[in-house]
Amino acid sequence: MMSGNIFIYIAVMAIVTYLVRMLPAVLIRRKIKSKLVNSFLFYMPYAALSAMTIPAVFYATGSWISAAAGFAAAAALSLKGRSLTIAAAGACISAFLVNLIISTFFVMA
Amino acid sequence: MKKLKFSDGIRDSIPIALGYLSVSFGVGITAASCGISPLEAAALSLFNVTSAGEAAGISIIAAGGTYIETAISQLVINLRYSLMSISLTQKMDESFTLFHRLTTSFAVTDEIYAVAAGKPGNINRSFMYGLMILPILFWTLGTFLGAAAGNILPASVCDALGIALYSMFIAIVVPPATKNKGILFTALSASALSCLVYYLPALDFISSGFAVIICTIAASLAAALIFPVPTSDEKEHE
Repeated sequence: MMSGNIFIYIAVMAIVTYLVRMLPAVLIRRKIKSKLVNSFLFYMPYAALSAMTIPAVFYATGSWISAAAGFAAAAALSLKGRSLTIAAAGACISAFLVNLIISTFFVMA
Repeated sequence: MKKLKFSDGIRDSIPIALGYLSVSFGVGITAASCGISPLEAAALSLFNVTSAGEAAGISIIAAGGTYIETAISQLVINLRYSLMSISLTQKMDESFTLFHRLTTSFAVTDEIYAVAAGKPGNINRSFMYGLMILPILFWTLGTFLGAAAGNILPASVCDALGIALYSMFIAIVVPPATKNKGILFTALSASALSCLVYYLPALDFISSGFAVIICTIAASLAAALIFPVPTSDEKEHE
């Protein structure tokens, strides 16, 4: 349920996201010296992506079994050095096929 | 060294643009399922150009979160772009005046950054504009199409596309996690914390937006303390 104005949400997101990208490009010309800050910033994207993916991914396809198949496909394809596009396509196709198998053989019975 | 042209940027951006088309389709479907119209979803993508940030934003909007919560989620999730911007300033040639820094920084994404940073030597602004334009357009177009067609597509296809965005995140995290102990630790601890917040009834008061923020800060701080990253100076001396 939305509680505010969608365009204010979009504006808030756009302004924050732009400032995050723009300010360093304009302001910071020197290298950051703090090892702790650098390490923290280095790990942060991986932490954010992991926290957003687990456990939400298992509820993304209507069945945790097909989601797990999609997860495995994405992991395997990316480990083989495939592009993000191929990994995403492989995950979607795997999830689709597993859902098809489940609905054909289990729900119908 | 041959000077990079606008057309070089366009050429290098085609795989990114095609990838964005498919992933943003999933963003559009998610947005539509949360009651956001196709045009609103397209505006969201045009002005933000960020998969993870938009996904988090949409979930907060759908949950009726506050504007402050929305702002903090974008700050935390997209803070990595600050790093990329800092890194790119080291590669910008003199064609990047203040005005062109203001415009090109709008399109710093994981993939555009990766291509720009991977170019040997400096980059100029013509190349950067060439690199930006198609991915932004396709990201917006895909979101619009996903939000518009999400209602037409059969449920089985929508279900399968629901994993597109997550699979991109998986593909970004898994390969480096198998090579770097610190990244592996970060990914596992962030996932574990996220599950705790998700499944423990006592933690139900934490909204999904703040859950991502808390898990991110805790996991990356722990990783930074346990597995500090060598600075570039140290690497040079190794």
